[in-house]
Amino acid sequence: MANYRLRINGFERTIEASDPDQPLLYGLRGLGLTATKFGCGLGQCGACNVLIDGRPVRSCLTTVADAQGKSVTTLEGLGSVSAPHPVQAAFIKAQVPQCGYCTSGMIVSAVALLADKPKPTEYDVRSALEGNLCRCGTHVRVVRAVMAASGQGG
Amino acid sequence: MRMHLTPQRPTRRAGLTRRKVLAGGVLTVGFALAGWQSPTRAGGIGGARSVDPNAVDTFLSVNGDGTVTLYCGKVDLGQGLRIAMRQIAGEELGIGVDKIKYVEGDTALTPDQGRTSGSNGIQRGGTQIRRAAATARAGLIALAAQRLNVNPDDLIAEGGVVRSKSGANNGGSNGGTGIRFADLVAGGNFNLKLDPKAPLKNPATYSLVGKPLPRPDVPAKCTGTFTYMQDFSLPGMVHARVIRPPAIGAKLIAVDETSIKNLPGASVVRIQDFLAVIADDEWTAVRAAGTLRAQWSEWSGLPAQDKLVATLRAKTDLTDEMLVSRGGEQAGNYGALSRSASYYWPMQSHGSIGPSCAVADVDKEAATVWTASQGTHGNRKTFARFLRLPEDQVRLIYLEGAGCYGMNGHEDAAADAAILSQAIGRPVRVQWSRQDEHGWDPKGPPQLLDISGVVDSTGRIREWRTEMWLPQTTKGLSDIPLLGPAAAGLDDVRGLQPGAISQNTDPPYAADKVEVLAHWLKDAPLRPAPIRSPGKPANCFAVESFTDELASAAGLDPIEFRLRGLDDKRGVEAIKRAAALMNWQSRPSPGSGKNAGNGAAVMRGRGFAYVHYKHSESYVAMGIDVAVERASGRIKVERVACAFDCGQIINPDGARAQVEGSILQTLSRVLLEEVQFDQSRVTSVDWNSYPILRFSDVPQIEIELIDRPTEAPVGAGEAACTTVGAALANAVFDATGARLRTVPFTPERVKAALGAA
Repeated sequence: MANYRLRINGFERTIEASDPDQPLLYGLRGLGLTATKFGCGLGQCGACNVLIDGRPVRSCLTTVADAQGKSVTTLEGLGSVSAPHPVQAAFIKAQVPQCGYCTSGMIVSAVALLADKPKPTEYDVRSALEGNLCRCGTHVRVVRAVMAASGQGG
Repeated sequence: MRMHLTPQRPTRRAGLTRRKVLAGGVLTVGFALAGWQSPTRAGGIGGARSVDPNAVDTFLSVNGDGTVTLYCGKVDLGQGLRIAMRQIAGEELGIGVDKIKYVEGDTALTPDQGRTSGSNGIQRGGTQIRRAAATARAGLIALAAQRLNVNPDDLIAEGGVVRSKSGANNGGSNGGTGIRFADLVAGGNFNLKLDPKAPLKNPATYSLVGKPLPRPDVPAKCTGTFTYMQDFSLPGMVHARVIRPPAIGAKLIAVDETSIKNLPGASVVRIQDFLAVIADDEWTAVRAAGTLRAQWSEWSGLPAQDKLVATLRAKTDLTDEMLVSRGGEQAGNYGALSRSASYYWPMQSHGSIGPSCAVADVDKEAATVWTASQGTHGNRKTFARFLRLPEDQVRLIYLEGAGCYGMNGHEDAAADAAILSQAIGRPVRVQWSRQDEHGWDPKGPPQLLDISGVVDSTGRIREWRTEMWLPQTTKGLSDIPLLGPAAAGLDDVRGLQPGAISQNTDPPYAADKVEVLAHWLKDAPLRPAPIRSPGKPANCFAVESFTDELASAAGLDPIEFRLRGLDDKRGVEAIKRAAALMNWQSRPSPGSGKNAGNGAAVMRGRGFAYVHYKHSESYVAMGIDVAVERASGRIKVERVACAFDCGQIINPDGARAQVEGSILQTLSRVLLEEVQFDQSRVTSVDWNSYPILRFSDVPQIEIELIDRPTEAPVGAGEAACTTVGAALANAVFDATGARLRTVPFTPERVKAALGAA
């Protein structure tokens, strides 16, 4: 069992793992940070997206060893029900989620986009979220919410 | 280490207490672990509450803190029942939605309202709750009238109190503000039978029903505090992965347990052909599942995929059923034109974004299973049977999982967890892999429909005959074949439940003679299950495509053709509203100068489809604009316009979300989805081999809800799925003159159709 130290949502945390190749996803969920979801384990769906040093990455393909020493932000770290991040607030206002299983990854991807491009076009939003799958068909509301979070429309 | 079947006595048991969670301003009753106390011993797995569907107390209880609790047997899968049911109950009872706590889908606490399926959550479950709340209100008013010695007609229930309509005579101790429900109902119980004649509120006075109130689970889902099935855990719980065979019918010959000896704490459980690994932490279980060496027998019993249609047609073990036969032979020559065509809808996966997951805690006497199944009550008998436990000692508790849309692997994962927990005497969590979900979720069955018809030059349908091949439905949900029990030799039922998949196979338009003949197949190539709007996306695809073919034969505009044959006023209004959304210009299809022969690189067209869902529920009229690229065969869906009438709308934002979802999910199914398989197994086991709709494929969507406050509410979760296939195929025909009759509409199929047009 080895210890991997990293910064998660602003706090120094330690993930214990016997395997350096253990995906970060399992380490986060093991700490009780279950907003980040297992969807495929193959990097194909985006449900497990987190920010590492501000960039969106698939936590199912990122090992704990690779994440060591880095700064990780999950959906829980963005905001809360009482003090939501603007993207979370826009998702709530637009009533985006149905099952909501993809929502964590969607919001994380959108936050990364807006950090890069505060006033994206609708095309930019769709492109940034192309790697995030949704099965309930909430896409129209996702785009509307991200545009609203950027101060456009909504 | 080898785990044997002899269960050890569990040393620690899970207990549950209810806690109140304030989520988005609405009280939710959740479950939290509080020490170690068995649910059995904490009040009985069954019988703790009345679950008699005829008793008001089954649905509602009054709490001392000014709230009421609503117990709902239907479950919320993201479709919004948690708010819609509160709106229905709160409206009739006279209490705000923020004062209603909510319990759903727990066999020990909620009534059996049937599986959450068939788009009947509101229509059936909600109607029952409305009746319970109306009976409760009448009871509260009667009690208050007695106490105040006034006429019940002078009293009103509002805001959780009963008070005088005039504001006078409100009872001394309550300062004139009325008598709280809790002060009227001793011990929180009504002791009333559901009264089907209890007066209902006049819809004109509604203050909750019909309002777009926000769904209470949304803030938690957007901030990461919502506990999904996949997030639930119990102390002392182990993680398991079940290893499915490399071929569907393969038997387990040998397991090399030494192959995982280097993984700390990992062990093997084998029960006949049921093989699993368990570990204290999830990643070790994942590694063990990938590392374990097992030898399986050969099996190749599936039909060849490229010959599946011919295989279905050639089946001889069929049960024929004439589902519709009306009208008679027509005499004389009426300038008739006859057409015939064959339509095919392939097997599809539910495609849940999160693979199925469940947690079970089973001992010698009792079982508690946490599951995302849409049918906790219906599954109880099945689980009791294979666990060899009395039914009243089996409790299934619903927790929302990743969207399911019918019956994905949730039931199987729950059975896996229950079998394993019983075997090892500890709580077990089973999480399926992506490959498990795509490979083993029960599939939407294949459907083949041949339609022939005769139309005259006025657009009158003279004859219509549908002949179809589809898998047999079964008699009850207690007979769902589950993977784990079958592999472990604990249960081996062959019953199937693909839902009412034969509906909407006759046209909704006037016709002189109509026949629908079903050839029920004894089995499906892959284990079948209902997927959203079971069977009807295929049926409506065929019926509404063929309607378009007849309109084209008669030289009539597709909407004009439909309206000539339709009497139903609500249907006519839906069609006219959708036509207006589309700015529909009356002309026959295909459009002039737009067909495949004119050489344009991009061909544009519009298509239309209509359904009266199950001939008795929602009305949907839908238009689609497409662009078809000649060189690539790619279809770009540019716009979908939909008029939707589901009777009385409980929550317009919720209904709208369901229609949006129905449209996009079905576009995905029509454009992209077909389960791939070889003769041993499903081979489309990830999102690359089974692609679904992405953001770049999403069209503009316009939805017009037609509210009918004085009509009964019917389902909004399925009907709009059914019109998508035909509206799209008809639009492609309008653009190109080429007919697509096989789903999915892949670029290869489009190019082949263009070549043949």
